[in-house]
Amino acid sequence: MAERVRVKHMMPPGHVRAPAYLRGKTGFVERKLGAFGNPEQLAYGLPAEKIPLVRVRFSMAEVWGSDTEYPNDTLDAEIFAHWLEYPETHDAP
Amino acid sequence: MMPHDHHDHLSPSGHPYRKDNDEPLTYWQCMEIAMRELLIEKGVTTATEIASQIDTMDARSPANGAAVVARAWVDPAFKARLLENASRASREMGFDIGTLRLIALENTEDIHNVVVCTLCSCYPRNLLGLPPDWYKTRAYRSRVVKEPRKVLAEFGLELPAETTVRVHDSTADMRYIVIPVRPDGTENMTEEELAELVSRDSMIGTGIAKLPS
Amino acid sequence: MKQNDGRRWHDMGGQAAGPVPKEDHDFALWEKRIDALMVLCSAKGHFTVDGLRRALEDMGEDAFETMSYYERWVASLNQNLVEAGVYTPTELGERMEEIATRGETYGEAAHG
Repeated sequence: MAERVRVKHMMPPGHVRAPAYLRGKTGFVERKLGAFGNPEQLAYGLPAEKIPLVRVRFSMAEVWGSDTEYPNDTLDAEIFAHWLEYPETHDAP
Repeated sequence: MMPHDHHDHLSPSGHPYRKDNDEPLTYWQCMEIAMRELLIEKGVTTATEIASQIDTMDARSPANGAAVVARAWVDPAFKARLLENASRASREMGFDIGTLRLIALENTEDIHNVVVCTLCSCYPRNLLGLPPDWYKTRAYRSRVVKEPRKVLAEFGLELPAETTVRVHDSTADMRYIVIPVRPDGTENMTEEELAELVSRDSMIGTGIAKLPS
Repeated sequence: MKQNDGRRWHDMGGQAAGPVPKEDHDFALWEKRIDALMVLCSAKGHFTVDGLRRALEDMGEDAFETMSYYERWVASLNQNLVEAGVYTPTELGERMEEIATRGETYGEAAHG
């Protein structure tokens, strides 16, 4: 079964690469991409920690609500692991 | 080419040239000249290196991606390698894509992929060249993740309800190329002829491959 | 006035917007030169593409609405080069003053 992940809901200022429209949304891991330099450090000229990067797939229904026109269409985005949390499995659909 | 004759012409790609060397110098153009001269004087780069980098980018164009797609259409083993690792498969065809990390997304009768970068304008430039202007607009970046079918319809692409649309937001280190569906009636075409059917937009997902004429 | 929810201007996904404009253009020499300098200076380690994006984001929405794409990038490139200590604002400013005396067009001022 695909691994479920949720993008953290926080809204800090500064350079981050988790888009606001996906924050707080739950999807599943489409593929794991390996580890990449943390853009939140690279952007400020700092030595960067390598962090696992994950492609997460979300349904349009999850991102935009149940009134979305085509709920089964999907959105994929690359999210760094430090922006992901792991929801309890009992709330799986 | 004569120094001034480009004002009366379209470029080889059929678009108007941007206002160029003969317009009044702007603040930002002046900054570019100053910055470039300082970088050369301080030994950071050279005029030759800059010219060479411009030539390298000019050589990258949608034709490179079209060649990759056409190979995938005719060679199932290549297509498998492309889907497994699109950077490696592109290099295998001889394309200098630098550090590009490319993922190929296959369109089928049931699935249509479309690519965007909502945070800036990430694009597989080391294979396809620089992105079209519309790819960088607020309208495209804002809307295609929420109402992809409406945006695609503006590009003349009406998708049936049974098709699943997959939108790919290039939020980090990966870049994407769509492999459009091979059109019917192309069974006897050569790889080179097939590549002519593959438009830039069909590799972004805002279009499909052209029909053979 | 809209309550600030922390969302930044460049983070556009899902916002309302008009039809996608289809106009396109070919790039002028000065734009290609900016693009080349971005690639070369980041390859040499003076900054990262994330640094370029950060400076661009910090320029704000007004820059997005009033400046062209490569105008924004040359401003961001300059910010990163100054931060990296490659040159100072005064060095740039004095050179820009001198360049402006060379001629009225880009071609004249750039000596080609």
